[in-house]
Amino acid sequence: MHLGVSESMRECEYSQISTRSSTPMETPYKKRTPKKRKWEIFPGRNKFYCDGRIMMAKQTGVFYLTLILILVTCGLFFTFDCPFLAQQLTPVIPVIGGVLFLFVLGTLLRTSFSDPGVLPRASPDEAADLERQIDVANGGTGYRPPPRTKEVVINGQTVKLKYCFTCKIFRPPRASHCSLCDNCVERFDHHCPWVGNCVGRRNYRFFYMFILSLSFLTIFIFAFVITHIILSSHQNGFLSALKNSPASVLEVVVCFFSVWSIVGLSGFHTYLISSNQTTNEDIKGSWSSKRGKDNYNPYSYGNIFTNCCAALCGPLPPSLIDRRGFVEADVPQLAPPTNGITIYGSTQSQQSHTAAATPLLQHQSSEPVILTTSPENGGTLPGRASLALTGPCTSLPLGQPTPPTSTSSLSCHEAADKLPVHGHTLTHNHSNPLQESLFQHHFLTPEEVPSPPGMLHCGSPMGHSHTTQAGFYDPASQDSLHEDSVRGLVKLSSV
Amino acid sequence: MATEFHNLQELRHSASLANKVFIQRDYSEGTTCKFQTKFPSELESRIERTLFEDTVKTLNNYYAEAEKIGGQSYLEGCLACATAYLIFLCMETRYEKVLKKIAKYIQEQNEKIYAPRGLLITDPIERGMRVIEISIYEDRGSSGSSSGSSSVSGSTAR
Repeated sequence: MHLGVSESMRECEYSQISTRSSTPMETPYKKRTPKKRKWEIFPGRNKFYCDGRIMMAKQTGVFYLTLILILVTCGLFFTFDCPFLAQQLTPVIPVIGGVLFLFVLGTLLRTSFSDPGVLPRASPDEAADLERQIDVANGGTGYRPPPRTKEVVINGQTVKLKYCFTCKIFRPPRASHCSLCDNCVERFDHHCPWVGNCVGRRNYRFFYMFILSLSFLTIFIFAFVITHIILSSHQNGFLSALKNSPASVLEVVVCFFSVWSIVGLSGFHTYLISSNQTTNEDIKGSWSSKRGKDNYNPYSYGNIFTNCCAALCGPLPPSLIDRRGFVEADVPQLAPPTNGITIYGSTQSQQSHTAAATPLLQHQSSEPVILTTSPENGGTLPGRASLALTGPCTSLPLGQPTPPTSTSSLSCHEAADKLPVHGHTLTHNHSNPLQESLFQHHFLTPEEVPSPPGMLHCGSPMGHSHTTQAGFYDPASQDSLHEDSVRGLVKLSSV
Repeated sequence: MATEFHNLQELRHSASLANKVFIQRDYSEGTTCKFQTKFPSELESRIERTLFEDTVKTLNNYYAEAEKIGGQSYLEGCLACATAYLIFLCMETRYEKVLKKIAKYIQEQNEKIYAPRGLLITDPIERGMRVIEISIYEDRGSSGSSSGSSSVSGSTAR
């Protein structure tokens, strides 16, 4: 029995330490599934193609429309208008048209397929560290902490850095969270449905080149189709010219409407580049002088030429999300809990987040197992019987007796003979879409849910609990939950 | 149980991970990559202040070099644009070259300075350039020794 205990414990602990990003059913010692690439467990709402080489937003319908419009219009131009123009005027026209077309297509694909500058989400330890710092700053009081912002002075201008609840980071200046892609993007310009991707630091120059070259192409096609019709009508008459090449009419219509929007957009972005602003900042009027006399853009280099060069010819940073890298099998984890709740609680109860980890690592901790909201106060958990508790669990002494608390349903601790609290999460959070929770789960790893060493003995439930635990992590909506749990945790550990 | 756990850890590391310190970004000069040189209190007993500051300053210099906007970067940008960015199939960008230098530097620092003191620096690129993560390890034998001022303490748990 003792051997059996240590065996299951070892399995538990091993799976506890291991990978942050493993799938729910995957356990290290099984190694049934092949290694996954990081794009497969990416927490954002992006779509990946070609084994992670191509990255796009979720909604790509409009992108295909853009592609079709460009291909069809250019196709018609080359098929119907170019032979006439090459003959009548000069063969240079189709050549220039061809070059422009290829350039447009290249920049469009580059804009759409590349990583706009997505900031990877914080690792669990970073998030815990930040939570701790924020807590210290707030004085640790109040159910709802004030909005988390940090002020920083950049070139004499005060800029507010906001905390992103989804990504668990303080956003760098000029970064913004795209709700469509569910990512924080560096130097976020806007989310463009026409290219099917966000426009950010890494693909802004391609986007600008795309709209600039598209404006030239549109004007080029428009001008030469008109020329074709005019020349043709000189020879045959206007109506017969139109009858001979009906495609030209379609091209003219498409180009006419496109010109206004595309050229307008190019002009707007030229202005933005020359003043080194993003669309986001311009719309919000962040650096507008209307806000205040001393309000100026701290990122501008002062002159238009430098701003343009910096935006278009500056160094291209590499992608931070490493889509095609392999998921690491084992990453040393400091704090098993991955969400603010437990770490927060641990911090409070232990006065240092490290203590939260080390008790887990080194000795029995008095940490309550998990935070959840089902307001069960101590009593047995018949309903949670989904997780069977193995014998050894019951005999493990936990640090302290656990008094019933209102919110933290850590009845597990109460007598060390209860089921793991993992079960609680299932009931509380079944409302969360499983998909999303699995996603979050991948990111956060349920193995990191804290449990006192006693809990680790429950080998079999661990694997089972992974999927159930997944549901409970939802940072933004459970802020108040955090607070409640923390209160409970503090009470528990203080006994 | 604790012993068995430690045996397991030993399979992976010779010491147990005790704490992690995160050096945050310094945005006072804009969006360029720069890390704060403020000496974290957790490292006070582990490493000399000057060594730490030297490391961070050197890293900051490397990043500044990577992101420098000047003649070479313009040339690279224009050349890339002219070749429709196909040139990057054969050539590395300057940024990537500097990142390789940084990786090598960090490895060297870890080997020479940090590992002997039970510390380990994680390359910021692995953390999305948000932080420099310094892991503090505690020797198995000296569980009583503190690995930082406020940290791991068996005592606080009791």
